[in-house]
Amino acid sequence: MKIAIASGKGGTGKTTLSTNLASYIAENRECILVDLDVEEPNSGLFIKAELLHEEDMFKKIPEWNESTCELCGNCQTVCSFNAVMKMGKMIMVFPEMCHGCFACSELCPTGSLPMKSKKMGELKSYKSGNLNFIESRLIIGEEQAVPLIKQTLDYVDANFSEDRITILDSPPGTSCPVIEATRDADLVILITEPTPFGLHDLKLAVETVRQMGKPFGVVINRNGIGNDGVEQYCREESLDIIALIPNDRLIAETYSAGNLLYPTVPSVKNAVSHIESYIEKINEKMKRDTV
Amino acid sequence: MKEIVVISGKGGTGKTSITASLAYLGGEDLIVADCDVDAADMHLLLSPDFGNPEEFYSGELAVINQDVCIQCGKCQEVCRFDAISVVNNQYFVDSLGCEGCGYCARVCPAEAITNERPGVGQVFVSNIRTGSAMVHARLNIGADNSGKLVAKVKKDAKSLAESKNKTAVLVDGSPGLGCPVVSSLSGANFVVLVTESTVSGIHDLKRVYELVEKFGIKAGCIINKADLNPGVTDKIKGFLDASGIVLLSEIPYNESFTKAMTNGKTIVEYDKELGAIISGSWEQIKELCEI
Ligand code: SF4
Ligand code: SF4
Repeated sequence: MKIAIASGKGGTGKTTLSTNLASYIAENRECILVDLDVEEPNSGLFIKAELLHEEDMFKKIPEWNESTCELCGNCQTVCSFNAVMKMGKMIMVFPEMCHGCFACSELCPTGSLPMKSKKMGELKSYKSGNLNFIESRLIIGEEQAVPLIKQTLDYVDANFSEDRITILDSPPGTSCPVIEATRDADLVILITEPTPFGLHDLKLAVETVRQMGKPFGVVINRNGIGNDGVEQYCREESLDIIALIPNDRLIAETYSAGNLLYPTVPSVKNAVSHIESYIEKINEKMKRDTV
Repeated sequence: MKEIVVISGKGGTGKTSITASLAYLGGEDLIVADCDVDAADMHLLLSPDFGNPEEFYSGELAVINQDVCIQCGKCQEVCRFDAISVVNNQYFVDSLGCEGCGYCARVCPAEAITNERPGVGQVFVSNIRTGSAMVHARLNIGADNSGKLVAKVKKDAKSLAESKNKTAVLVDGSPGLGCPVVSSLSGANFVVLVTESTVSGIHDLKRVYELVEKFGIKAGCIINKADLNPGVTDKIKGFLDASGIVLLSEIPYNESFTKAMTNGKTIVEYDKELGAIISGSWEQIKELCEI
């Protein structure tokens, strides 16, 4: 079962929740934590585990073969992203703009733009006890997160069985990267804070998961710090509030040092245990539905 | 006319609250641009009137005309984004997955596919309560935040500032390291890096600074929640020293940030002590930018 932890924007506690929840679950059974915030993966700062596997991740981009090219210009015509351009007697490829659709390559009449691999990032896989931790990191200056997120998810699918609990720490926002990250999730947990910023971003996130047709619930972080706008909204929209994590300077300090919270902060332990039960409940329901 | 961009690498550092405070301090002299389009929140503090909405288009989306389609499946074969699915023998494009490359339309033997240009969001030029104007945007759910919208917001803000003879444009930058933040940074005269005293704060600061360095932009740093972890704060200061980044201020961990936000106010309006620290930073920024 895959659970995506998402939020409308950064800084609401996605990484905190993902790392604590996964580590807590892993105390009793196998669990996989995947950091899909490939622009800036932070989960690894909180997980102390042994590096088992490391590989470079590639995307495919076209490479011009001058000797066979007839300069017909078809490649430039079919590229919707201005990544392939005919300039005088040359075909220029701009890798940062390429989305990897293969159109220029496969529609070239002379096969002069074969797709070649170009490194876009790195994937690392760690293990500590029952916890498998996978993170991918985009090379700086590499602009497209989606292909790396996709390949990371493929790696997880290929290497781990589906019946394990997999926690996906998603990138922030409501655009392409987060959609890619939550696409295969069986359940989405939206984390927010009880402030006007939190409420505003939660509404966007709710719209997104609704459009994707995913079951989801809400976790309110830093509870008590702002107002009751978020709770009210959840009530009006009949959204499940799965757990509340209180606002607490001790939590902020523990986090600041890169430590997990649930072993020392009872309220966080309480919250992750609630979330685990919720996940169980949804899992049971899913099993019943598929029978 | 100068351009000042505020970025933080990642959300949750207080970037937007600080930028809104700078906007308040700069008053009529500044045009404000909210380039955090994915989770635009500054409007919650500056009360724009959402004036002059303009529809923004970027990219394309494939649409299949069922009356013309002969169900040959060619489109699905060539789509590298798994965006074409078959339901009851009918081929459909999943709008959230489609990258708009147009490959499918080119290979469709029945010419059943057209590329549409969906609106990806709206851009506004609003009056705000500081007596000035703000350019901001609303991105549609799942829309491609390719950086083009960010570029548009900045361009509009700049030309507005020029036509109104303002001294500077203040930009609330995009999070992350991808395309949007690159767009936010291009053309900037000064970058304000907002970080927090946590292990992830310093990690993200270092990563985002690599980008700033590439652009060769002068930078200053505000350390938020500076007393949360003195050890980390010292490390941040060491990094600033070594990198030639000016330390603008250290702001203590303070719940006024949230309280001010909950009241729809900037921190300078809400908390005298914190306000004085941020005013100090603003004076320094003005000096460093020679405005
Ligand atoms: S489509 Fe192929 S042959 Fe035509 S210009 Fe491009 S690379 Fe050359
Ligand atoms: S390629 Fe054209 S005709 Fe063939 S299934 Fe796709 S839309 Fe239908």
